Amino acid sequence: MESFVQLLNNVLPSLLQGVGVTLQIAAVSLLLGMAIGLPVGVGRVYGPRWLQRALAAYITLFQGTPLLIQLFLVYYGLPDLGLTLGRMEAAFLTLGLNSGAYQAEYLRGALQSVGEGQMTAARAIGMSKWLAVRSIILPQALRLVLPAWSNEAIAMLKYTAVVFLIAVPDLMGQAKILSSRYFAPIPIYMIVAVFYIVLVGATYLLLRQLERKLHIPGLTGETH
Amino acid sequence: MDVVQNLVTTFNFILQGVWVTIGVTLVALSVGLVFGVAMAMARVYGPPFLQAVAAVYSVIVRAVPVVVIIFILFFVIARFVNLSPFWAGSLALGFASGAYQSEIFRGAFQAVPPGQMIAARAIGMSKLQAIQSIILPQAVRLALPAWGNEATLVLKDSTLVFVVGVPEILRRAQQVSARTLEPFMAFSVAMLLYLILTLVTTQVLQWFERRYRLQM
Repeated sequence: MESFVQLLNNVLPSLLQGVGVTLQIAAVSLLLGMAIGLPVGVGRVYGPRWLQRALAAYITLFQGTPLLIQLFLVYYGLPDLGLTLGRMEAAFLTLGLNSGAYQAEYLRGALQSVGEGQMTAARAIGMSKWLAVRSIILPQALRLVLPAWSNEAIAMLKYTAVVFLIAVPDLMGQAKILSSRYFAPIPIYMIVAVFYIVLVGATYLLLRQLERKLHIPGLTGETH
Repeated sequence: MDVVQNLVTTFNFILQGVWVTIGVTLVALSVGLVFGVAMAMARVYGPPFLQAVAAVYSVIVRAVPVVVIIFILFFVIARFVNLSPFWAGSLALGFASGAYQSEIFRGAFQAVPPGQMIAARAIGMSKLQAIQSIILPQAVRLALPAWGNEATLVLKDSTLVFVVGVPEILRRAQQVSARTLEPFMAFSVAMLLYLILTLVTTQVLQWFERRYRLQM
């Protein structure tokens, strides 16, 4: 027990630094994913046929392959094509592109669940298609997509745990260094697991508050 | 000509990893299935103590990244038994998948109308008998769509056993890229092979779902 407290004292500062990096990567990638997912989701439903096909291909590629391979392709592979990215940039870009594909699919589901009659009605009163999407469909869809988006945020927090494999000093990256310095992999990865549980738990509670606040009144939908 | 030769070398080298990836996925899915069904049964039909154990397992394992679980179990397993990275990695992945599968089967068990359990008990079946011959056959079919989704997730997560040195697709891609010095080619081939694997798996699972779907 004594030695565990000693170990905890030794590893805590580095691990907390790692938490900062983990949160930063999750937040930036999630926002980047939103910036990608929003237009892709809209284009996937309302775009011209060729655009729908191209966007579907992007989504299949990123949903159909492991994140880790995407990360290696971006970080180790892209320099072959003359595009060399730093570790953090590679992590942001890969996780952002990956999350963008998932967020686009969630948004597509939400867009399609807004009644088609609303589009017809909006067109009937003289709105253009894009105006109708922007001011009638999208505001509702964005609130409908929130539960799925919360799940994506939590998944993202967990997905970031692979970026240490391109030597990003996130929570796992710090743990790897520490476990070889102190020869104590099991307790250190256990502490890391506790950190992730706290992070995921806090994010879950926070997002559930947000969901309650932005819930469309009177609309009953299942929220898990 | 060099590029073509490199491509052939790369492709052949990584292709052998495909079998390892499939092996890891199948072992992990099976282990997860056993864990998942057992934990779901404990959660729905077990005594309060077992219910609590199953709930804690599910919540904790699902809150921790799979790669962290693989690391912890890999070192824990290594302390007690001498297992190859393949088996240690696959078991760890299966343990993680079990938590997700337990949620899938819990939902499926609960979707079978409770009257069936009462009826089975009324005609003299034991609780376990009723689960085994009345509830489980229906629950398995109800769980199919969600289970198929989990199967493709495990297929993609199987690449995480890379961290304990299993020579699956990604590990072999990394090895061959060190030889050919063409990482873009190596990782693109790895990605393509994975894409084929997931697309084929999805098709097979969809066929299964259509064939065995049960509507309530």
